[in-house]
Amino acid sequence: MTAVAEQTRTLTYAEAVREALAQAMTADERVFLLGEDVGTYGGAFGVTGDLVHRFGEERIRDTPISELGIVGAAVGAALAGMRPVVEIQFSDFTAQAMDQIVNQAAKIHFMLGGAATVPMVLRAPAGSGTGAAAQHSQSLEAWFAHVPGLKVVMPATPADAKALLLAAIADPNPVIVLEHKLLYKQSGPVPEAATPARLGEAAVRRRGTDLTIVATGVMVPRSLEAADELAADGIEASVVDPRSLKPLDGKSIVDDVTRTGRALLVQEAPKTAGFMAEIAATIGESPAFGHLRAPISRLCGLDVPIPYAPQLERAAVPQVADIVRAATDLVRRW
Amino acid sequence: MDLIGNAAAARQALVTMWTIRRFEEAVDDLFARGLMHGTMHLSIGQEAVPVGACLALSDGDYITSTHRGHGHCIAKGARLADMMAELLAKETGYCRGRGGSMHIADVATGNLGANGIVAGGVPIAAGAGLAVKMRGGREVVVSFFGDGAVNEGAWHEGVNLAAIWDLPVVFVCENNHYGMSMSVSRAFRVKQLSERAAAYGIPGVTVDGNDPQAVHDAVADAVTRARAGEGPTLIEATTYRWKGHSKSDKNLYRTREEIEQWRERDPIARFEQRVAATLGDQEIQSCRDEARDAVRAAVRAAHAAPDASADSLTEAVYAR
Ligand SMILES: Cc1ncc(C[n+]2csc(CCOP(=O)(O)OP(=O)(O)O)c2C)c(N)n1
Repeated sequence: MTAVAEQTRTLTYAEAVREALAQAMTADERVFLLGEDVGTYGGAFGVTGDLVHRFGEERIRDTPISELGIVGAAVGAALAGMRPVVEIQFSDFTAQAMDQIVNQAAKIHFMLGGAATVPMVLRAPAGSGTGAAAQHSQSLEAWFAHVPGLKVVMPATPADAKALLLAAIADPNPVIVLEHKLLYKQSGPVPEAATPARLGEAAVRRRGTDLTIVATGVMVPRSLEAADELAADGIEASVVDPRSLKPLDGKSIVDDVTRTGRALLVQEAPKTAGFMAEIAATIGESPAFGHLRAPISRLCGLDVPIPYAPQLERAAVPQVADIVRAATDLVRRW
Repeated sequence: MDLIGNAAAARQALVTMWTIRRFEEAVDDLFARGLMHGTMHLSIGQEAVPVGACLALSDGDYITSTHRGHGHCIAKGARLADMMAELLAKETGYCRGRGGSMHIADVATGNLGANGIVAGGVPIAAGAGLAVKMRGGREVVVSFFGDGAVNEGAWHEGVNLAAIWDLPVVFVCENNHYGMSMSVSRAFRVKQLSERAAAYGIPGVTVDGNDPQAVHDAVADAVTRARAGEGPTLIEATTYRWKGHSKSDKNLYRTREEIEQWRERDPIARFEQRVAATLGDQEIQSCRDEARDAVRAAVRAAHAAPDASADSLTEAVYAR
C-alpha cells in the first residue's frame, strides 16, 4: 500500500472493469477485446458499454458464439505479440473453451521451454444469485486454480476489479479473472490512476481477534456484513480476501489465523474439492496449526447444481446469516 | 399433412400457435410485475417453427430444445400448468423448481430438455438418434437450435456424427437472424445456413419459418427420410424474434423499422388469413379463446400450487 492519498471516485464494479480496459487499451495498442456481444450490445452484463464507440470495432471485436474459437484466437494473437482480453459471457461457458484454456494457453510457455509467452486475459462472470439456474451460475475457480500455467483472480470490490484486471493484462501469462455477477452493480471508491495490483497479495479487509474468515468473491461482502453482526454480538472477526487464488498469498492467511486461532473458510462453490480445501491445507501445513484453538471450519455451497427457484438458490449457497451462525458456532464451541 | 385445407389440422396448428403466444405474453407480464424471477427468452414471432415441425412428429418421437424453448415444449404436448408452475418456482413444476425457463422439459412427451448452452442439444440429439438406431426403433429426433448455434464446435461435431452414422435426426435451425446482437450477416460467410449441410454430405433446405405449412412439409420429408434409415437433414427456417434476446436487451443492434417489417409477417395472422376459408371466422375466434383460456387456467393453477421446497434440495443430484 502506498502512503500517497490516491485520487478516488465512486464507481460500480462494472464501471471499474470498463475503466481498466479503457486505460489499458489507451496505454498499449496491443491490448484488444474479443467476445460475444461486447460491441454495440455493450456486453451481456453491460461491462464493455460504450467502448466500441471509443475504440472501434477492430479493437472491441464482436465474435460469433464460438468460445473455443475465441479463446484459441486469443492464444494465437498473444503468441504473435498482441495482448488479447477475452470476455466469456458466463464463466460456465469456459467449459466450451477448456481445451484452449487448459491444454493450450496454460502449457505453451512451459512446453516450449520458455521460448514463447501467452499474455492473455480471460474475464468471465461467475456465481449464482440471478435465477439463471444450473448452467449459468457456477463457481468454477477450482478448475482453473488446479492447472499449472494459469493465474486466477477473483475481485470482490470495484477497486480490486480495476487493479486486478490491470495486473492481469500486464502479466505475461494467461490470467483468468472471475468477476461476480452480483457485484457488477456494487459501487465503491476506485483510484483514477491505472495502478495494477500485485498478483498474489491478499487483502485483510477487517481485523479481529476471535476468528479469521477467509472468503472469496461475493462471499467477501457477505462475510464483512456477517462480521458487523458478529461484532454486535461481541465476536470480533478478521476477514481475509485472498483476491488472487493463484498465486496465493498463504502468508497473510496464515499470519491472521496464527493471531486469532480460528479459521472459517467461506466459498460459494460446492464444498467437495473446492478452493477452500486448499486454504485449509495451507493453514494445516503451516505453523498456524499449532495456534489453532478450533478445527478449521468450511462453509461452502452445497454439493448441488444451482437451482432456479429463488428459495432453493438461496439455500444452495452461504448467506450472511449462515456465516454468522457458523462463526458463532466456531467461537462458542471452542 | 395439409395444415390449411384440413379443418382439424388447421385448428390444431392455430390453437397451438396462439397458445405459445399467449403463454409467453403471460410470462412477459409476470416478469414485468415482479412475480417471476430469473431470466427468460421469448419466442414471440417464431411460433410457426415448433408448431409446423412437431405436427410432423408422433408421440414417441423426441426433440431437443434450447434456451428459447417454451414453444418447443408446448408444441410437443406439455401441460401448460406444469410449465407455468416451473417458471413460478413451484413444487409442481416440470423440474420441481430446479430448472426454470431455460431447462423446461417434459420427458414424457419426448422433450429431452431445453438447454442453456448454445448448441448443447445438438450432439445430444445425435446420441438419442444413435440409441434409436441401435435398438432398431422407428422414432425420430428433431433438434431445435438457433442460427447462433451453427457456429459452435458442438454443432459441427453433432451434425457430423449424425451424418456419418445415418442417424434418424432432423436438425431444425430457427434462423431468427440474430444470436443475441450478432446478426447472421456478420456471423456467416454463407448466404443460407442450410448450405452448411453440404459439408456433412446431407440434404439442406431453407424454408419460410413464418409459414407453419412450409416448415411442416420440410420436416415431414426429413422425418420420412430419417425413418427410412437415410439419415439426417438440415432445415433452416427463417423467422424473427419480436422481443429482445432476454429481458435485459436494449435492442441497440437492430432498427425499429426492421422489427416492424417482421411483425407485419406475423406467422399467426398470416395463417389465420390462409385458413379463413377452411375454418371460418367463428372457429378462428374459438381457437383464440381456447388458447387464452388455457393459459389463464394454467397461470391460476400454477399460482395456487405450493412453492418448491428447499428441504429436498440435495435430492436428484444423483440417481438412485
Ligand atoms: C455456449 C454458450 N455461449 C453463449 C451463451 C449465451 N447466449 C445465450 S443465447 C445466445 C444467443 C443464441 O443465439 P441463437 O443460437 O441464434 O438462438 P436465439 O437466441 O436467436 O434463439 C447467447 C450468446 C450460451 N448460453 N451458451
